[in-house]
Amino acid sequence: MSDWVGVALFLVVGLVFGAGGLLTSFLIHPRSKNKYKLETYECGLPTEGPSWIRFKTQYFTYALMFVIFDVEVIYLYPWAVSFENLGFAGLVKMFIFIFILVLGLWYAWKEGALEWK
Amino acid sequence: MENLFVSMAAGIRSLLGSGGLSEWATDFLVMFLKLGAILVYILVSALWLVYMERKVSAYMQCRIGPNRVGPMGLLQTTADIGKLISKEFIIPKDADKKLFLLGPILIFMPPLAVFAVAPFGKGMVAIDMNIGVYYFLALASLSTVIIWMAGWASNNKYSLIGSMRVVAQMVSYEMPLILSIVGVIILTGTLNMSDIIHAQENVWFIFLQPLGFLIYLIAAVAETNRAPFDLVEGESEIICGPFTEYSGMGFAMFFLAEYANVVLVSVMATTLFLGGWLAPFGLTFIPSWIWFLLKVYLMIFLFMWFRWTYPRVRVDQLMEFGWKVLVPLSIANIFVTGIGKYLYHSLGW
Repeated sequence: MSDWVGVALFLVVGLVFGAGGLLTSFLIHPRSKNKYKLETYECGLPTEGPSWIRFKTQYFTYALMFVIFDVEVIYLYPWAVSFENLGFAGLVKMFIFIFILVLGLWYAWKEGALEWK
Repeated sequence: MENLFVSMAAGIRSLLGSGGLSEWATDFLVMFLKLGAILVYILVSALWLVYMERKVSAYMQCRIGPNRVGPMGLLQTTADIGKLISKEFIIPKDADKKLFLLGPILIFMPPLAVFAVAPFGKGMVAIDMNIGVYYFLALASLSTVIIWMAGWASNNKYSLIGSMRVVAQMVSYEMPLILSIVGVIILTGTLNMSDIIHAQENVWFIFLQPLGFLIYLIAAVAETNRAPFDLVEGESEIICGPFTEYSGMGFAMFFLAEYANVVLVSVMATTLFLGGWLAPFGLTFIPSWIWFLLKVYLMIFLFMWFRWTYPRVRVDQLMEFGWKVLVPLSIANIFVTGIGKYLYHSLGW
């Protein structure tokens, strides 16, 4: 049996567990009718304005940084696994790669992308 | 004792094989049993951890903690679960109903799936995958999307702020987490969990990678959204973050997944840095799976200790610490490890 059949089994059971838990709760939980109960919770006051709004762009900067770094970090793993076979040339090449990565981090730092405003 | 679970699995396998089942069907059924065992372990562990968390926090604050339900309050969590199941699961009228329901259904999938590669003892791993570490990193980060989805679908301002913080925090601390593990991979040259443990037979990697372990530890606390990095929930400022609108079973699911994640990062810390199920000081008469669980709960106790010792950090401190301290440090760690390993080999020490 392939490993991935096992992984699929784990994922399916995870889904069934979550759905089953909610279903059990739906079958046995009490139901009371009250129009205020379904209001959005805002510490007891009536809700003001929509919540689905454009939000602070600072979060977007971090997400952008993450995507750039994450894609580059993926290349570190194959290098680390075959570290012994690559020898000195592999070490130097990867250090050049990491140096470029650090350069990017330094630029983001200099431009203030890491500051929380 | 040592081979208790391994021989149980072998016994069941031969029993099924003699019953005339094909090899594929036998494999599938055995995998199903392993999955069941892991699921039971996670559930019992979560039950126990909630109790442990309350007791530990109580003793750290000179209180007694739960002591009414059952002997020494041991049945407290069971009672809590019973209460949560029998409470109404309210869907607010302004929420995006499909996504709101999908959140608690999906949240348990990633942690459960990652447990497939957790080596609980000698030969006790459900799927001995050759890319185990990669698989852990890939699946563990899926939780971010699900929590964000739940927070956005709630259509609540506290949920919005909380879910934005989830994305920012988990994404930022994933970088040091991933980078700190690279050092271990350089030393072992494999991504297979069992091989990583075997590579630690002489010396645990916590001694070769102390900085890597420290970075992993901090990043792991942040990834599981626990104090001092619990800005996501931040009870005193944004109620309960992305889970504000969830009640009853929906809340219970998120709670369960949170504790499953705590166990998960501890399992990974044990495997990568603390020698997994290897016995220290040659104390091999104690079974490997007991050693493994001991180390895992030691790690979890450490997480609880952090939680009840340090105050919550601010958002700007959190972000600056992650990007300006942990990421450069973990890159430096890779540098030093790479050069160290090369020198070690070329000089033949």
